[in-house]
Amino acid sequence: MNCGHTEKKLIAYLDGKLPIAERRQFEAHLAACAACREQTEGFRSMWNVLDELPALAPSPAFDAQVRARVAQEPRRAGFWSWIVPSPRMAFAATALLIASIWISSFQPGRLAVVPPAGGPAVQNTEAEFGMIKDLPVLEDYDVLTSFDALSELPVQPTAQPQSLKQM
Amino acid sequence: MARSDVQLMLDVKSGDDSSFELLLHKYRTPLVNFLFRMVRDAAAAEDLAQEVFLRVYRARGQYMPTAKFTTWMFRIATNLALNALRDGRYRRTEISIDQSSAGHSSDGENEQPALEIADQQATIEVELIRRDRAERIRRAVESLPEKQRAAVLLHKYQEMDYDEIAGVLGCSESALKSLLFRAYETLRVELAPLVQGAQVQAQVTGPGK
Repeated sequence: MNCGHTEKKLIAYLDGKLPIAERRQFEAHLAACAACREQTEGFRSMWNVLDELPALAPSPAFDAQVRARVAQEPRRAGFWSWIVPSPRMAFAATALLIASIWISSFQPGRLAVVPPAGGPAVQNTEAEFGMIKDLPVLEDYDVLTSFDALSELPVQPTAQPQSLKQM
Repeated sequence: MARSDVQLMLDVKSGDDSSFELLLHKYRTPLVNFLFRMVRDAAAAEDLAQEVFLRVYRARGQYMPTAKFTTWMFRIATNLALNALRDGRYRRTEISIDQSSAGHSSDGENEQPALEIADQQATIEVELIRRDRAERIRRAVESLPEKQRAAVLLHKYQEMDYDEIAGVLGCSESALKSLLFRAYETLRVELAPLVQGAQVQAQVTGPGK
C-alpha cells in the first residue's frame, strides 16, 4: 500500500469498516508514513469538532402542520377512489349512472327483446323488412342457399324463404 | 417488537395512519437538521421537511420496499433541497447560533437561551467560545459545495452507510468515497484552528465537555 491508497481507505478506516486485512495494511502504512498519519489524525480530530455542531429542534407546530397538510390529501377508501382521481368525479359518475338507469326505465320498447304481435308494431316490422328487402345481398339468396357450407347447417332450408314470402 | 421503517411504510400503504405518525416522530428532527444544513434557513428547512413527509404520504400507494426507507426519504429530501437552492426559492436569512442550539423550544424568544445558560452556571467566556466555535463549524460545513455538503451531512450526522448515501445522491460508492474525502479534507484544513481550540476548551471545561 502507498499514499495514493489513503484517499480510498482513510474514511472507511476511521469508520471501522475496513476488513481486517486491509486495516492492518493501512495501519502498517501509517506507521511508516508521517504525512498519511498526520492526515488521518487530522480527520479524526476534525470529526470530533464536527460533533460540536448543535442540532436544531423542529418547532412545536411542526407535527400539526404536517398533519394539516396530510389531512388535505384524498383518502384511499372505497371503489371509486382508484377509478376516479377525485370525490367530485366519483359523485358525478355515480349521478350519471343513476340518471341513465332512471331514464332508460321510461323506454321499455328499447329493452324489449320479443316484439309484441299485431297492431302498430307489425307495421314497423313491415317497414323494416321493406328496407332489408332492397339489400343486394338478398338478391343473391339463391346463390347463398347453394353454398355447401350453408347446407351443412342444422337449420331447415325452407324456413327462411317462407318467412320472406310472407312479407 | 418494534416494526422496521419498511414495515411501518407498508402499514401506511394499507391505510394505517398511526404508522405514519411513528415515522413522523422518528424522522422529523433528522430531516429538519439535514435540510437546515442544506438550505441554511430554519423556516425553509421546516417547510421542506413537511413537504418530504407529504410526498412520502402521497407515495404510499405506490411504495415498494426496493430500498431502505431512509434512502428513499433522504433522496426526496436531497432533491427538494437541491431544487430549492437552484430555484433560489428560499433566500437565506442569517440565523444566530442561539436559535440553532436552542431550537424552537422557547417559541423563538432569543432571551430564553441566555437565561438557561446562566442557570447552567456556565461562564460567559466559555459560552462565548462555544458559540463562536459552533458558528465557525456551521459556516465551514455550509460553505462546502452542495453535493459534498449532502454527503457529509448524511455520513457524519445521519450515520448512513456508503451504499445508502450513494443511493441518495445517485452516484457510485467509489465516487461517493472520493466526494467524502474531498469534503473532509476541506473541513480538516478549515477547522484545523478549532482542533487545537478543542484541546484548550477541554482543559477549561473538563472531560465530557
